[in-house]
Amino acid sequence: MAKTIRLLQGNEACSEGALYAGCTFFAGYPITPSTEVAEVLAVKLPLIGGAFMQMEDEIAAMAAIIGASLAGSKSLTATSGPGFSLKQENIGFAAIAEVPCVIVNVMRGGPSTGVPTGPGQSDIMQCRWGTHGDHPIITLTPASVQEIFTETVRAFNLSEKYRNPVIIAFDEIVGHMREKIEIPEPGELEIIDRTKPNVAPEEYFPYDSSKGDIPPMANFFEGYRYHVTGLNHDMTGFPVNACELIHVEEERLMRKIDANRDDIIKYEEFMLDDAEVAIFAYGACGRSAKEAVETARENGMKIGLFRPLTIWPFPDREIEALAGRVKSIVVPELSLGQIILEVERTSKGKTRVEGIFRVDGDPINPGQILDMVKEVI
Amino acid sequence: MAYDYSPYLRNEKFPHIWCPGCTYGIVLKAIIRGLEKSGISKDDTAIVSGIGCASRLPGYVDFNTLHTAHGRAIAFATGIKMVKPEKNVLVITGDGDATAIGGNHFIHACRRNIDITVIIFNNFIYGMTGGQYSPTTPTGAFATTMPYGNVDPHFDINELSKGSGATFVARGTAYHAAALDRLVVEAINHKGLSVLEIINACPTTYGRRNKFKNPTDMLLWMKDHYVPLSAYQKLPPEKAEGKYPTGILFRIEKPEYSEVYYEMVKRVRSREKGGR
Repeated sequence: MAKTIRLLQGNEACSEGALYAGCTFFAGYPITPSTEVAEVLAVKLPLIGGAFMQMEDEIAAMAAIIGASLAGSKSLTATSGPGFSLKQENIGFAAIAEVPCVIVNVMRGGPSTGVPTGPGQSDIMQCRWGTHGDHPIITLTPASVQEIFTETVRAFNLSEKYRNPVIIAFDEIVGHMREKIEIPEPGELEIIDRTKPNVAPEEYFPYDSSKGDIPPMANFFEGYRYHVTGLNHDMTGFPVNACELIHVEEERLMRKIDANRDDIIKYEEFMLDDAEVAIFAYGACGRSAKEAVETARENGMKIGLFRPLTIWPFPDREIEALAGRVKSIVVPELSLGQIILEVERTSKGKTRVEGIFRVDGDPINPGQILDMVKEVI
Repeated sequence: MAYDYSPYLRNEKFPHIWCPGCTYGIVLKAIIRGLEKSGISKDDTAIVSGIGCASRLPGYVDFNTLHTAHGRAIAFATGIKMVKPEKNVLVITGDGDATAIGGNHFIHACRRNIDITVIIFNNFIYGMTGGQYSPTTPTGAFATTMPYGNVDPHFDINELSKGSGATFVARGTAYHAAALDRLVVEAINHKGLSVLEIINACPTTYGRRNKFKNPTDMLLWMKDHYVPLSAYQKLPPEKAEGKYPTGILFRIEKPEYSEVYYEMVKRVRSREKGGR
């Protein structure tokens, strides 16, 4: 794959990013507006000797990518709205069993079948809390075709590095938008593979955290013959009922992500240095917000943008610091108010937080954001 | 000399969790004998299960083992098989796991004819959850959630498998344990989706509610009601009523899924390089 300039749709760029990262297995179930991710990989995976499977349902697709990952492949599934809901139980399985895998959620409106062809950002809490139990998760929120490519590569890297499922959540607007994209040459972007054990099979424990919170991972059929379960387990991988151990292991799971938040959290700050009002926005809203900032600056208003590319773990410290130095934070989102709760929580009352919410299938435009900014400045 | 099971067991995991009178231990031993006879190494075998009593089996055996979510074992196993088609993949599942919550995965794995061996432990009940009825609970039988007798028609796993496209269907029972390991070997050696249904006894949650006074009664019931296919076929209709055949009930050759897939991969890759 030489460095190439192409005109691609966001969903297509996602597939290209997956291939660049070394993905060799995709399992999915067709659902709008994510389908092109599958369609591109159905063409391209066979060409590199990988496997594409259209499974019988979303649940099976999520299960299959976990199985494939345990057998040593980097694996991906892509879905939207209702399909994402169906995958949740097995996303929890990947989290507790610490199996690397990547889930794309091209967000549409909801609940239920909702707005299949319209954009939404109302799955953002589902990304964090969709499955039962306490579990770690990483969610990335690219806003352009180029970013979808690079963030997909990053998703695989983070997944392999932290032995954790990683979600890429972008709205239908970005997924279906066509933009110019530069596909880097092989080797240009770093590719991270899971750390393999360097001990003899009889000395290997799949969840041994004595040397760090992220234990090395052996693939099946490599002579290690270990046990994987969705039950709370000890370092050997076998279920335990000892309350104390369950608590300690659950904390380790959370800690392996939380303690590495600086490595995982990525964001763009745009004209924030002297800003009196900050906009917190991601995905399509982040694009509208950027234009709103530019227009506001032309009119002498000190406005800036905080645009998260990692939304889980949430950039809590950064938002608290931001809240301490601006008069207010404006949160435009394609829901009736989800991520604004996190902005409110993490700004700890240090600033005024105002939302702009929309769920009618149309984007929030720069004008709407500017109107709100004028109100709060 | 007594057969030595220990090389195939995670011996430190015993005693097992199964109830007194449960026949899963008998079946576990038959599966181990079958795996040994099949000649495939422990490193080259993955054993996958869902949730339920039978699904705890992988924890006791020294292989690459994966205990998944309820009903999803076959879907997890499909992912493994597709990226490692040369490896031996077994699914251990129960009647509820395979035919209720996992019914969709089961029929589609049969349809694809992917080379996975699915061993269904059929004890006609949800044992681990305490005795609720399953899709194989006989009509009229009692369960905690069918306290007045089961009104649901039940699935025949043999017919379900054949109808969905499985290319190997066999049935054995825990009573006829000596014959089981051969069925396991045949199921593993068959290229394609193999279904091996093993009739089991759950004295605790099924037998107790269904007039089986003790575990032995359940085994004797199997002895009386399950007969080898060749003998079954010779029975006059009035004697065949209420009896079920055992052995290899159905076996045909059909293209196997992962092989067909990777042949396609080979074909498109050679075309890409300018071949035809």
